[in-house]
Parts: sequence; structure tokens; C-alpha cells
Amino acid sequence: MIFERKHIISTKDFSRDEIDLILDRAEELEPVARKGHLDLLKNKIIATLFFEPSTRTRLSFDTAVKRLGGSTIGFDTATSTSIAKGETLFDTIKIIESYADAIILRHPREGAARMASEISSVPIINAGDGAGHHPTQTLLDMYTIRKECTKGIGDLNVAIVGDLRYGRTVHSLVYALSLYGTKLSFVAPDQLKMPSNIINYLKRGGIEFFETSDLNKVLEDADVIYMTRIQKERFPDPSEYLKVAGSYRITTDMLAGVKDDMIIMHPLPRVDEIEPGVDSTKHAKYFQQSFYGVPVRMAVLSLVLNAEM
Amino acid sequence: MTTERELRVKPIVNGTVIDHISAGQALNVLKILGITSHTKSVVSVLMNVPSGHMGAKDVVKVEDRELDPEEVETIALISPKTTINIIRNYEVVEKFRVETPRSVVGLVRCGNPNCISNTNEPLESRFFVESEDPVRLRCSYCEFVLETELAEHLL
Repeated sequence: MIFERKHIISTKDFSRDEIDLILDRAEELEPVARKGHLDLLKNKIIATLFFEPSTRTRLSFDTAVKRLGGSTIGFDTATSTSIAKGETLFDTIKIIESYADAIILRHPREGAARMASEISSVPIINAGDGAGHHPTQTLLDMYTIRKECTKGIGDLNVAIVGDLRYGRTVHSLVYALSLYGTKLSFVAPDQLKMPSNIINYLKRGGIEFFETSDLNKVLEDADVIYMTRIQKERFPDPSEYLKVAGSYRITTDMLAGVKDDMIIMHPLPRVDEIEPGVDSTKHAKYFQQSFYGVPVRMAVLSLVLNAEM
Repeated sequence: MTTERELRVKPIVNGTVIDHISAGQALNVLKILGITSHTKSVVSVLMNVPSGHMGAKDVVKVEDRELDPEEVETIALISPKTTINIIRNYEVVEKFRVETPRSVVGLVRCGNPNCISNTNEPLESRFFVESEDPVRLRCSYCEFVLETELAEHLL
């Protein structure tokens, strides 16, 4: 079993075969994720250490553990723990590894999960490290694309829109999609363009991509529109944020010329990137996408803990 | 008659001649060696010396001192073409070019202020060397890439 006791830190650590394996397992577990229960993690204790607030990620991990018959310990704010007294993450991990069979870690510092994986004897699952990685978000995005699109991942044209500079989810997603040869379009204002290291990576790999600041240029050909929030909290200078806030918004009127089977995704939470009227159209898949976090996280947990189906 | 060139490279009895330093990096080499205005050592610093290969180079001569491997490794990060000459009794007993290591541990501070290595965690900074000349370092924790003003990030 290639995932047994493996740390899940970055999507970059995965091959295409490994991603496929996780998505296949998620497919098997999806009926259980909807309304079921298995004992795959019976007698397993999973620690959820959330050093910064999160709603969907924490609750979907919690749901995933409980759907698989396991139990959770942990915290969702560091203020009520020894961390508030100055305890290091190093010490926290060394203590919790003796309590739990796996640790799900969300931390505001980039590289926190990588450090934890080097000292932990139990698998670390990165649930977001600052602006670094959030691998299970990418995996659920990939799962959504695979489930909700009528063509294979490699045959799609995926347009990613919004904050491409600071958005950690899109960087990992681009990496994962590139493994499948997916055609990519990037829509962002100049200040928020995709970083050069990712552009160079795509060029080196011969991956086809297109950059523009005009959302209308990609609507007609896109199979997937992946909207992202322009994140106020990532801007060092608030005046720079105001220049680009609200740059892109999908409205029902804009859907007139799109492909019949085009889907709209969003990692959520949204602010005003998607008009509420879009929610009731066949194109809206972002709430479904959010649900898919449960089977995907069930898949990851069952694989790293070698829970045979 | 003594030429200007001979004056610049006047031999030392014992010590180290650090040659082919990238122009402008001599003061950073002194910083790496911990040489300050309070030093008791005899130190010669030549800056922007014409060089056939490099156009211009810096040279540092430190008398009665040989460098340790960590100092040599650190010099390689800011000046990868540097050569080290060990002098004993006026003779060059060893001459070698610095080598950029494959990884750099505990020598450089990550340029990402939000990196876990810039906290009070009990860990040393660690970088993979992505490119030797010019030197590009990638933090093995947060993946931040350091490629300019490396000298400012030396620990």
C-alpha cells in the first residue's frame, strides 16, 4: 500500500497514479459519505489540530473520521491550549503523536506541516499551512472535475479566475491538472497574475496555457470556470486590494453563451464573485464541490491508515 | 621597480588569500569570517581589482588564519567563483575553488517572514540549492526561493 503511514503535505508529492488512486477510493466511499457508516477507522483516534479558524475543512475532516467509525480529539483555536503559553509546534506534535493514530494539522505558518512530518511518528495530513499547501482541497477539486465533467480531465479546458498570485488552492490545482495535460486559462488582473515560477513550470512541461485579464475571453470555450475570492487578508497594502476587489463576477446573464455542460467551481467562501442567481443553474457545482471534501478526506484517511475496504 | 600589481598581491607569511571574490562581495566575506573593526588580525581588502576572467574582482587576505569548512561553504553562496589559497611560510600549500553545497543547513535565514523556520521552533533553516551560479536556494520548509541579496540573509 503506497499510502500507508505516508504524510500528506503537498500535492507536489503525488504522481498522477497516486492522485487517481485517491480519487478512485473516494468514489467507492462517496455513498458512505452521503448517509452511511463504516468501521474502517474503528478504534482509531485522529487529532485535528487547527491553529487557525476553519469551518469547512475542519468539519469535513471531522465528518470523514466519524463516517469511518473513528473518533477525534483536538482543538479549533490555539488560544485555549498550551500554545498560548508559548509551547512550540514541535513539542505539540511530539505530545499528540503518542495520543493519536494520525494528525490533521492546520497552521498559519508556511512549512509547518513539512516540519511536523519530519518529527512525527504518525501520519501528518496538511489541512493548510498559511499561504503554502492545502492538498486535500486540491484533491477534492480534482474529484469534482472528474465527477461533474462529461469529458476526461486531460481533455478539458479549465479557466481559473481571480487571485492567482496569492491563492494557494489554485497553485496546487494547476500542478495537479498539469499531470493530466489539461488545457489551462488564467484570468487575473495584472497585480494578481500567476507567479512566474508556476508559469515557468508549465512552459518546461509543455503544458498549454493562456493568460488574460478579460473573463469574457474564456467563457465560451471553458469546460470549467474555477472562481476564486480576491483575498483581502493576503494584501500587504489595503489600497492595492481596493484596486482589484470585485474584478470578476459571474452573473446569470454571462451564462448565455457558455457550453451546455460547463461547470462553475469555487473553493468557498465566496464574497461577490458569483451572483446568487447562478446557484440555481445547472452550471453551479460549488456546493457539491464542498461536499466532495468528505469522501476525498475519507479516502485519504483510510489510505494513510491502511484501512482495507 | 615595484609595480602596482605587486603591491596589491604582496605575499603573506601564513594565512589565507581569498581570491576571485565577486566584485562588491569583499565586505560580506569579512562578515562571514566575523571580521569587524575590532579585529586584531592583519587583514587586506582589495576591491574592484581588474581581472582577466571576471572583469573585476575582490580579494581578501587574512594573515595567520585558515578558514573552516562552514565559512568556505558560506562564501560559495555569495560568490561561487571564489578561490581559496592557504599560505604557509610564503608557500601556497593548498589552492581550491569553493564548491556550492547541494543543501544549506543553518547558514541562511528564509526570506519568507511567515516561514516556520523563522519562529522559535527548534529547527535549523534548510535550503536545497537549485542553481549554483547564480546561486538560487529553495527553502525546504516553505519553498520560498532566495536568489538575490543572499548576503543579507546570512545567519
